[in-house]
Amino acid sequence: MTSALELAHLRKAFGGLTATDDVSLSVAQGERRLIIGPNGAGKTTLFNLITGDLRLDSGHVRLFGEDVSALRTDQRAQRGLARTFQIITLFARDTLEHNLVLSLLGVTRSRWNALSTLSRRRDLRERARGLLGQVGLEALAERTVASVSYGERRRLEIAMALAQAPRVLLLDEPLAGLSKEERVTVSALVAAIPRTTTVILIEHDMDSALELADQITLLHYGRVIVQGDRAHVVNDPRTREVYLGN
Amino acid sequence: MTSARRSIAIGVLLLVAALVPLVAGDYYVNLLSQMMIAALLAASLNLLVGYAGLTSLGHASFLGVAAYSSAWLNLHSGLGPLASAPLALLGTLLVAAVFGWIALRASGLGFLMLTLALSQVLWGLAYRWVGVTEGDNGLRGLTRPQPLGLDLDSAAAFYWMALLVVTIALGLIALLVRSPFGAALRGTRDQPRRMSALGYDVWLIRWLTFVMAGFWAGVAGVLYIWYHQYIHPSSLSLQASAEVLLAVIAGGAGTLAGPVVGAVVVVFLKNFVSSYVERWNMLLGIVFLLIVLFLPEGLVPGVKRLLTRLRSGALRP
Repeated sequence: MTSALELAHLRKAFGGLTATDDVSLSVAQGERRLIIGPNGAGKTTLFNLITGDLRLDSGHVRLFGEDVSALRTDQRAQRGLARTFQIITLFARDTLEHNLVLSLLGVTRSRWNALSTLSRRRDLRERARGLLGQVGLEALAERTVASVSYGERRRLEIAMALAQAPRVLLLDEPLAGLSKEERVTVSALVAAIPRTTTVILIEHDMDSALELADQITLLHYGRVIVQGDRAHVVNDPRTREVYLGN
Repeated sequence: MTSARRSIAIGVLLLVAALVPLVAGDYYVNLLSQMMIAALLAASLNLLVGYAGLTSLGHASFLGVAAYSSAWLNLHSGLGPLASAPLALLGTLLVAAVFGWIALRASGLGFLMLTLALSQVLWGLAYRWVGVTEGDNGLRGLTRPQPLGLDLDSAAAFYWMALLVVTIALGLIALLVRSPFGAALRGTRDQPRRMSALGYDVWLIRWLTFVMAGFWAGVAGVLYIWYHQYIHPSSLSLQASAEVLLAVIAGGAGTLAGPVVGAVVVVFLKNFVSSYVERWNMLLGIVFLLIVLFLPEGLVPGVKRLLTRLRSGALRP
């Protein structure tokens, strides 16, 4: 079966600093892949290379066999690649419902429509409410993003990514900054994502993240140093040396 | 305000506006015609400044291109003022398409400087390409159109025609900003990176908006040349672009009514107050300063905020 995502010899340097150094990996369809590594290992840079936010110095990104290396971020999104950001990036002055409507609209051709009012799109609003219901935020639909809690914003980010009906979903530290209860809620949300969506996750909360992962990739100084299933990676001495500790 | 109440208020306002020439003298009717042209120009710039977050210092260029090309076609090609208008607008669209393609290589201050530089090129051409523009003398000897045999030479007839055109234009601009495209446009202003991740082509949305803003400024340019029957390089100067930007910011960028109110204030100061006060530019500066100090979000949103506070009792002693 074609891989959902295949990275071949990715390289990215910022001046003299090599952030991503010959990274190759293959993620199977429906797989849950956890990317781990110490701060500065190049995890978020890798996500930015996959989405096209950063231009590759060399290498290839293939999405379901299609080489998307030369495509813009929005073109990759149209092909089923969605993401959340490490630093929450939402439309703070708008309502939660409007944030989701924008997500839903982004993958339809009607986003170009300039001749009818958005308020007439009841279908989008209803779907937005449904998605908010899925992440337990329906009661807050009319509230602005600025007025809800950090944990609620995290859940909204996930709902926005899911609204794009992604084939591959990149989650950049979805549990960061959350309370213990919120972490349980968000972990359950991630666990409930159907296997039709391939999930690649960066996370430092190993207790929660290991539960979600099928395969793990350890990055260190921009290179893949260990890769494999949970037991293999956790028991590898290099993982203990550079990341988990003894 | 609910949408029904807003529609009624707009209807009443239009009715009152339509009745003005029946009670007001030609001077005031002409002043209002100029205000409407300036309001359309400001509303078109507001698409960029208010909704796309792209501050342009060269928007008068598009008014100038439309006005100059309409005037030139009228004088040299044998086309009447009405037949010249679509060609002038087509030319303006093309210029806006090229300028947008160049200026949108940057954002923020870079975008502002590129729009300024491009407008200065056109201003220089208007001054120096004497064979086409007649330089400092400008193009003159023009006439107003006579659509369906209607004579637009009188102040009232021109006013009603301008009211019709500007109302349609502002209506379409209002529809645009409330449309899915308008929502996407505001999204690119607030979170361009997120919008890309959601599948929106941020550059293309901005470029299309730039072209549309140029087109509506071109419509204002056609009205301008019909009104004045004369065009001079100063109409696309830096001062002209700065004045329209001032109108947008003073009225309230990113609101539909703000630029209209801002344009009314600027035209009023420029035309009415200047008859009594020689240094009207200084007065314009003082008014702008007061707005920035006391209503930094602009006149329309600022007054709305004050009224809301007044209603809630927050301003009572």
